[in-house]
Amino acid sequence: MPTIGDQHIVKSYDDELKLLHDALARMAGLTEVQLAAAIEALDKRDSDIATKVMNEDPKVDECEHFINEQTVRLLALRAPVADDLRMVISTLKAAGDIERIADHAANAAKRSLVLNQMPPVAPMRSLVRMGRLVAELLNEVLDAFLAHDAERALAVRSRDQEVDDLYSSLFREILTYMMEDPRTITACSHLMFIAKNIERVGDHATNIAEMTYFISTGRALGGQRPKRDTSSFEDGSSPA
Amino acid sequence: MPEAAEQIVATDIKMTARDVKVHYGEKMALKGVDLDFRTNEVTALIGPSGCGKSTFLRCLNRMNDTIGIARVTGQVTLDGDGLYGPGGIDPVLLRMRVGMVFQKPNPFPKSIYDNVAFGPRIHGLYRDNDHLDQIVTHALEKAGLWHEVKDRLYEKGTGISGGQQQRLCIARAIAVSPEVILMDEPCSALDPIATAKVEELIDELRENFTIVIVTHSMQQAARVSQRTAFFHLGDVIEVGDTEQIFTAPTQQLTQGYITGRFG
Repeated sequence: MPTIGDQHIVKSYDDELKLLHDALARMAGLTEVQLAAAIEALDKRDSDIATKVMNEDPKVDECEHFINEQTVRLLALRAPVADDLRMVISTLKAAGDIERIADHAANAAKRSLVLNQMPPVAPMRSLVRMGRLVAELLNEVLDAFLAHDAERALAVRSRDQEVDDLYSSLFREILTYMMEDPRTITACSHLMFIAKNIERVGDHATNIAEMTYFISTGRALGGQRPKRDTSSFEDGSSPA
Repeated sequence: MPEAAEQIVATDIKMTARDVKVHYGEKMALKGVDLDFRTNEVTALIGPSGCGKSTFLRCLNRMNDTIGIARVTGQVTLDGDGLYGPGGIDPVLLRMRVGMVFQKPNPFPKSIYDNVAFGPRIHGLYRDNDHLDQIVTHALEKAGLWHEVKDRLYEKGTGISGGQQQRLCIARAIAVSPEVILMDEPCSALDPIATAKVEELIDELRENFTIVIVTHSMQQAARVSQRTAFFHLGDVIEVGDTEQIFTAPTQQLTQGYITGRFG
């Protein structure tokens, strides 16, 4: 954990901050694995992996509970200030985002079990490609957060547009596919929801990037990040 | 910090210090401090022991004059008038305008009434005894002590509790209607409840006075002040809004000190 200056004079305070940091690192590691596994389950139509992802989700929740409790304890007993305060508050908020990310991974895994009961649909390949991009961005942003590396986090934040672009084009692709063959509507509907799950992971990764910036600088990132997800304007009348 | 000074509108400033240096004999205790104190604000001076914050506080009402080996240079102003040098404000008058409360409660071995009436008496600030009664009552009310002592005004000021004694000293300081109140660790000898009462009092006094407080308790600085200045080895390292100092200090030394990583 990068700290400015020396260690705290009270060593047990350092130990408690480290506990918090380590809990987030563990939570981040678990969630990276969960998301990657959910995407693999989709790609390989592997129900065993999907089931495992669903069963592992409570571990991430446990980490979040620990982080919540540890944060309250630190605030009550240590009254952290300056960079310590920023680290504690950001870790609490990041834990909330990571917990949601793990939920999205579990949801995607759950729907993949249903999809495996039906014939494969072609847009799955684009979905997996988007999933891999999001997983890569997530790993990158979590590493940046744990290292308090604002520059690296901002680079990830700017790449969320790629995810939004992929999501918009995937949305059109799925619409087109359904229109051409209405028998795929059930499968494609599930695909639609999974795509939304993965797109949301990208948004949570962006939040974590913004918190990394706050940890390092003490300033909140101003201004809206440009959004390029245009799927909400799609009416299906002019398939690309 | 000249850059900090520039941000302040001139009319808001009650006192300024420019390039204030203090030598105790050969030893340089302050290395050239620039600070501004805004009207109706509480400014906290924090820093490790020996950093010069008390020395600096004492420059603000010429308390260092009484120390033979101390030599003060630089400029300190009150409402634009210089404190030091030829044409400086008369120290007796100055200390009426700039009051002080010390670390240990130091009531005079006189009655509670006489403690508060002491300043108005020596400065001749009252018309008749009724007026003096009014001044004493008002000061004790302002210091939040009236209800606790109103039936024992003629008992010894040294016979009440430590927290009450400190509020008595604050009443004594405000009885002469000063413009600025300097406080040198006013709560370090008090229990948490007495401390809370003094802190609440500081917040109320801010409406009428400009307050400068030296404190070793970082949490106290955070609770009572609007501006915080961090001193280290005779220099001001950083000065800023208290919220900024405690959430995102710009200097590593400040950060190290307030987070307890100094060493």
